[in-house]
Amino acid sequence: MTAVSLSGVSKVFNQGRPDEVTALTGIDLAIPAGQFVSLIGPSGCGKSTLLRLIADLIPATTGTVEVAGKPAARARLDQEYGIAFQQAGLFEWRTVQRNVELPLELRGASRAERRARATEMLALVGLADFAGHYPAQLSGGMQQRVAIARALAVHPPLLLMDEPFGALDEMTRERLQSELLAICAQTGTSTVFVTHSISEAVFLSDRVVVMSPRPGRITATIDVELGTRDDAARQSPAYFAAITSVRRALRGTGTVPGSVGAEGAGAVVAPSPRTSEATAP
Amino acid sequence: MRRVLSAGAGLVVLIALWEGYKAVGNPDGTVLFGVRILPRADDLSMPHVWEMLSRLGRPELTGGRPVWQAVLSASVFTLGITTVGFAAGAVIGLLLAVAMQRFRIVERGLLPYVILSQTVPLVALAPLIAGWGGTVWPEWMTVAVIAAYLAFFPVAVGMLRGLQSPQAAGVELMRSYAAGWWRTLVKLRLPAALPYLFPALRLAGAAAVVGAVVGEISTGTRGGVGRLIIEYSREATSDPAKVYTAMLGAALLGLVVAALVSLLELPLMRHRRRVSVVTM
Repeated sequence: MTAVSLSGVSKVFNQGRPDEVTALTGIDLAIPAGQFVSLIGPSGCGKSTLLRLIADLIPATTGTVEVAGKPAARARLDQEYGIAFQQAGLFEWRTVQRNVELPLELRGASRAERRARATEMLALVGLADFAGHYPAQLSGGMQQRVAIARALAVHPPLLLMDEPFGALDEMTRERLQSELLAICAQTGTSTVFVTHSISEAVFLSDRVVVMSPRPGRITATIDVELGTRDDAARQSPAYFAAITSVRRALRGTGTVPGSVGAEGAGAVVAPSPRTSEATAP
Repeated sequence: MRRVLSAGAGLVVLIALWEGYKAVGNPDGTVLFGVRILPRADDLSMPHVWEMLSRLGRPELTGGRPVWQAVLSASVFTLGITTVGFAAGAVIGLLLAVAMQRFRIVERGLLPYVILSQTVPLVALAPLIAGWGGTVWPEWMTVAVIAAYLAFFPVAVGMLRGLQSPQAAGVELMRSYAAGWWRTLVKLRLPAALPYLFPALRLAGAAAVVGAVVGEISTGTRGGVGRLIIEYSREATSDPAKVYTAMLGAALLGLVVAALVSLLELPLMRHRRRVSVVTM
């Protein structure tokens, strides 16, 4: 079962006008259910655009985007995914509880069900005690956790996140990363995670998709196997090996075909065929 | 309590300024190169504050009811008209704002005329509207229409701004929830517009009072504060304090309308009052 499948996708903004911009071209990507995939690349590589295409917030110019085996538009209407942005984007006039209830409300869930689900989600992100607070009363990290709870409230099979921890300090960020992994493991959610932090991408992901700009395209996909994601994993040779290969892919200097992971450390860093394409100018 | 105190202090300052100028100002006004730059400070032009207040207690005409009763009943009459005009104007302004938000073309086509509508002098317009009255609707309704005409404008402009205030992320979020225009309006745009709506409503309230008073004057409607101001000002030479009592009534009217808007605001803006941020 594939959670997301894109084939031959391109996106051109302002087509046919002088300010035409090709944001994405030739995107093929399949994300198996339950996988955590990061999109990484420099600014302007179209990673956020790609996420918006998956979310059907903007239409693709060419190619097909499928989510949960349906066209992206259908999947959006069926609310097959939850989404979180860099800015928490909470509704300031709603309490934390009512913010989390919002997607359930729009789905027509009963009052009791909404309340139960929101309580459950807030407990999951460790904010059970703040249900009655207003967003303006919470710190940035707490607001972001509310946004994640809101994205998870409908139990979506797919979670789309656009640099959700981008505005947070390093400590909060690392804590939320661990929380997010625990939640995804617990709920079996597939995740597409946009970031420009190499270490974040490697720590979180089963697969890192490296993109490059002008025009935005996928230049490499790197599988990461770290085993248990804990503090020890952040120190492991496999972690550093994966970081090195993502960094190389980003610079376009090329990864050595084959494994660059430390042997016996549980690291499997397998560059996809696209890597060699991209590194052969 | 603090607010009441500071409002009271403001009143004291105002009275002190009035009486202070009266004490030091030239009774014939200050004239510079043939132009009067400061008003006359004599008792005829600027009666003492206590003179105005005591005038409230004395009868309107010899043997008649006291002035405060006349002013109060006129104010209540005008308040009724103001409220009708204010409510109609607010509803019209809201609907216009929603239509302009929904359809870009309506915004482009309508907004210039909305702004133009306020540049037409009210005194020119009032007799025109008054011409419709008498046959189709009672005279007081003509005045309410004039009040509504002034009141709709700040609501339409402020509300449009408010409805357009949600950031792209909020709109995208609603789209991701498969919410259409109507549900985005109800769940996102309307609540987001409230901080813009209430200042607009305050302006609209003040505009409705002005519209009602001016409307009464230019249509010759009897029973309201506008009429009272005209009547009393005719006696200004013999009884200068009297016209100020009518003005007090008009000011009171404005305060009552502003207070009504604040009452509306209290339950809807609860989230704005708690601001202490929890950091952990």
